[in-house]
Amino acid sequence: MSDSAAVLSIEEAAGQPSAGCFDVAALREQFPILSVRPYDKALVYLDSAATSQKPQVVIDAISRFYETHNANVHRGVHYLSERATEDYERARSRVASFIGAEDPAEVVFTRGTTESINLVAQSYGRAKLQPGDEVLVTEMEHHSNIVPWQMICAERGARLRVVPINDRGELDLEAFEGLLTERTKVLALAHVSNVLGTVNPLPALAAAAHRRGAVVVCDGAQAAPHLRVDVAALGCDFYAFSGHKMYGPTGIGVLWGRRELLEEMPPYQGGGDMILSVSFEKTTYNELPHKFEAGTPDLAGAVGLGVAVEFLQDLRDRGLEAHERELLQYAHDKLGAFPGLRIIGTAKDKVSVVSFVLEDVHPHDIGTVLDRYGIAVRSGHHCAQPLMGRLGLPATARASLGCYSSREDIDALVEGLHRVEEAFA
Amino acid sequence: MSDLSDLYQEVIIEHSKRPRNFSVLEDATRTVEAYNPLCGDQITLYVKVHDGTIEDIAFQGSGCAISKASTSLMTQALKGGSEEQARLLFDDVHTMLTEGPEALERPEELGKLEVLSGVSEFPARVKCASLGWHALKSALDQGGETVSTE
Repeated sequence: MSDSAAVLSIEEAAGQPSAGCFDVAALREQFPILSVRPYDKALVYLDSAATSQKPQVVIDAISRFYETHNANVHRGVHYLSERATEDYERARSRVASFIGAEDPAEVVFTRGTTESINLVAQSYGRAKLQPGDEVLVTEMEHHSNIVPWQMICAERGARLRVVPINDRGELDLEAFEGLLTERTKVLALAHVSNVLGTVNPLPALAAAAHRRGAVVVCDGAQAAPHLRVDVAALGCDFYAFSGHKMYGPTGIGVLWGRRELLEEMPPYQGGGDMILSVSFEKTTYNELPHKFEAGTPDLAGAVGLGVAVEFLQDLRDRGLEAHERELLQYAHDKLGAFPGLRIIGTAKDKVSVVSFVLEDVHPHDIGTVLDRYGIAVRSGHHCAQPLMGRLGLPATARASLGCYSSREDIDALVEGLHRVEEAFA
Repeated sequence: MSDLSDLYQEVIIEHSKRPRNFSVLEDATRTVEAYNPLCGDQITLYVKVHDGTIEDIAFQGSGCAISKASTSLMTQALKGGSEEQARLLFDDVHTMLTEGPEALERPEELGKLEVLSGVSEFPARVKCASLGWHALKSALDQGGETVSTE
């Protein structure tokens, strides 16, 4: 199969090398779904934080895998099985290099961020947590970085503690220092908040946690699509993310972990592929990363993700981050000027999402009206009910950006919000 | 395709802005908390039943226009009626919301509640419109506990 995930032709790229010339129009052509017309309106997709759309190269890679290389991996001696194994392991290497991991064996394929975090909680947490130990999370976490820890804390007699946030939606660093003690065994936090867009200062937080002997588990679901992730520079011990939020397929995700931690952790699930030998007396587990990949993995999903990370890397080299930051600022300016609209989450360092509420209209009603104008936003609690409680809101509306988002999308959103106001006038 | 105005009829907008019977009922005989985890809507329904008659009914809480208006209209329709009438009305509204108004045998029985008929064309919003009614059902059946539309 082709390794190419080029977005623009060489000629086009040569003409537009700088960040200021990020060519959204050309990029949008690569996403077939953007030509769908809901209710005969142009689609304005502002829900990429829920899931991103998929470029043609990813869709094609999945089809091509099934058309040309499909077989089970790591077992057959036949031609197809060898091709499939190559594809699958190449995808792992691509993901490793995408996140700055030197050793592809530290990259475990999972179903997504949720499964990755559950893996750490159930394997590392069950083995290491003792009664009286503490797991530190933050007030801005997604349920998937709260509930797995609640479950294992209840089982192990450990205690869940919570770092509060300030009114801008940034972590209260003073409180963090106070909560971090020798009892803290795990610090589990989002790299980027899915509601507020806040970028947490991971390197400093991780260094502080390490000084206390805690391991750092990072939920990178909202960061991996938008920020350069270098696991070594971030200083975390585990980093979890999902393929589908970064232009890859659903059903595939990643847990990166430091080798020495993964080595000493017990398997998460038992089954085929995770063993070296099995007898009824004794089973020997396979080496990394296969120890954590019981059963036939999502091969096509991994192949799709491998292409997606190259696609994304290519976009980054062309100035994606600058484009997204500029667009976020544009969205903030436009929405901030909208009468009666309040932006939720104004951290100094933020990316990719704008949550907001209107004075007189419930987010769910905003979502329904916008939908009829072809505008897709998310409304609700965004799987972050404790955060909603902190903010004193039952729900927010959330517009979130992807690489294909444009100023026209933001303008359409603002226009749509005027229609919302009209409907409830 | 149904239009936005089928969902957000004037009566619904008006009730969502000025919900009727929107208060705490101190002498309620049954109190039910209802919650829609999907959108965070939360209401508390207070019902005062005496000898099979709903003598008073009121609600509190936060929610979208649809859930507020639906519950407001419900309290108006039920106040002073019998528990039996309330059950029949629940069934009719449930049918109208989930299967559409054409599935009703006696649509004329609905009266003002007919303005909720557009909701059936918006599947994502049926739970909003049902929230207060599920609270009612719980109040009638068990005498009150927390209900959820998820």
